Amino acid sequence: MKKLVIYLMAEPETPELARAAVEGGADIVELGFPFSDPLADGPVIRRAAERALARGMRTRECLGVLERTHALVPDTPLVPMTYSSLLEAYGWARFAQDVESAGGASMIVADLPVDERPELRRVQLVAPTSTDERIALAGAHTGGWLYLVTVAGTTGARAEVSSALPQLVERARRLVSVPLYAGFGISTPEHARSVTSLADGIVVGSRALQVAEEGPAALRGYVASLRAAIDG
Amino acid sequence: MSTSAYGAYGGRYVPETLIPALDELEQGWREALADDAFHAELNGLLTTYAGRPTPLTLSERFAPGKRIYLKREDLLHTGAHKLNNALGQIVLAQRLGKRRIVAETGAGQHGVATATVCAKFGLECVVYMGEEDIRRQKPNVERMGLLGAEVRPVDFGTKTLKEATSEAIRDWITNVETTHYLIGSCVGPAPYPELVAELQSVIGREAREQHLAAAGRLPEAVVAAVGGGSNAIGIFHRFLDDADVRLVGVEAAGAASLGTGRTGVLHGARSSVLADEDGQIADAHSISAGLDYPGVGPEHAFLRDEGRAMYVGATDEEALLAFRDLARTEGIIPALEPAHALARARELDAELILVCLSGRGDKDLAEALSGLEKLA
Repeated sequence: MKKLVIYLMAEPETPELARAAVEGGADIVELGFPFSDPLADGPVIRRAAERALARGMRTRECLGVLERTHALVPDTPLVPMTYSSLLEAYGWARFAQDVESAGGASMIVADLPVDERPELRRVQLVAPTSTDERIALAGAHTGGWLYLVTVAGTTGARAEVSSALPQLVERARRLVSVPLYAGFGISTPEHARSVTSLADGIVVGSRALQVAEEGPAALRGYVASLRAAIDG
Repeated sequence: MSTSAYGAYGGRYVPETLIPALDELEQGWREALADDAFHAELNGLLTTYAGRPTPLTLSERFAPGKRIYLKREDLLHTGAHKLNNALGQIVLAQRLGKRRIVAETGAGQHGVATATVCAKFGLECVVYMGEEDIRRQKPNVERMGLLGAEVRPVDFGTKTLKEATSEAIRDWITNVETTHYLIGSCVGPAPYPELVAELQSVIGREAREQHLAAAGRLPEAVVAAVGGGSNAIGIFHRFLDDADVRLVGVEAAGAASLGTGRTGVLHGARSSVLADEDGQIADAHSISAGLDYPGVGPEHAFLRDEGRAMYVGATDEEALLAFRDLARTEGIIPALEPAHALARARELDAELILVCLSGRGDKDLAEALSGLEKLA
């Protein structure tokens, strides 16, 4: 069965939104811990981060959201996604511990390539530009699954799924044994269907955030449309 | 790869997409350094195009009782030290086969230097600049346009150098196969801090020799403004082994990444940054767009911790007064950035001082005159 990962920004309403996403068919929920200068993110996630920060969402508050979300959807793996600066300030090991205590299954640090702090357990990312050597290294260190960045670029919906993906999947299959979930630029049921014909799962972020603005019911419906496309 | 020449500072805290490009850059840089043809081409350009060596000027009236030697990077083509780095990186980009250049700019000096070298080499040039900086550095925006560069306004966040740098990096992530990111200071992921420091170290190599010839000895102190820190690292490098020479970096008081910052990660490197206790990057404030940056090169953080260099602050007001006084006493209009260095140098407990006059002040006239009017 192909996996569906939905990204939400950590805000006070997020636990209910995460539950709606799970009801719609999400297997995993990524929780964005906002950072002021998110290099890997396009305009939608960047704006959501700005708003969350303006509402006081700092590391402690985000961990609280993680904990409340875990209480609502205890069977769904929750994966914080953030940037190195937050871990540097909080303490790298302490951050990992407190994420785990709050119910986090793993984490993603968008600006921490595999050879910086390899001891920190996390989901590693690889991109179309990654060499075979680096894909193998990321696969060996990754926690659970490998995040395939489909395109050289930042997060955000795109009209077409990246043409670089098939080759990246093919290389990763040859080099690593963990499941491969693809993200960046996936927003429609058509994208979802075509990407899951290659990868083991997909990550949907920017479009999910936009739909989440309309409330849990809208998000549930949107996630269900992705689920149906994947399972169909 | 994650080992750093700067102790705990530096590194490559960037999305994975960029790592192969950084590897390629690092390898190309090592090969260039070992290649006489690279040095010959660059030195030729520095001499016949940029106007090196720049002179050393003794200022006698600015700070009575002191002898302050000014290293005149303001006389370099395009009016600031930024061209040293831009020329070096453009020769390197040519070797790497990159035809498109992106850059960030704060005061506009690096943007102008980048637009200049792209014009000379016939390369596509995109410069990201915060809207607030576009407002206060209008002449440089017009210069970049005339030189054929596209200036892309950055209209979110602080609308200054911090956001322009993030946006330039995002462009690079998106166009990494065709594009060289021509970073303007000794910041960013490895190998940029080292590369920029090496390209700017021509300032200190010349200045040390010129100072010995002019004064018959080394200066007691070398003083330079620090935003990202490239002119300072450029003039400091050749003096690092001269233990008796004090190295003094002057930050804007409202952007003192080294003076009041904490260890953090910004724009690909671990360094000293202005951030809150949660690691969120704080806003910097300075009248000088070139110093209005919450981060600093990792080597400066290292030199601070080692005790080899000291870092102090100067306020907007002190910089404005030094700006005016240098104009009136020496007939030199400095940029607001080195005006911070001048403000501290004239109060320093030393008699023989070398100051990096990193750029000229034409770009700052409107901002400085209105600032001085408010002081009066």
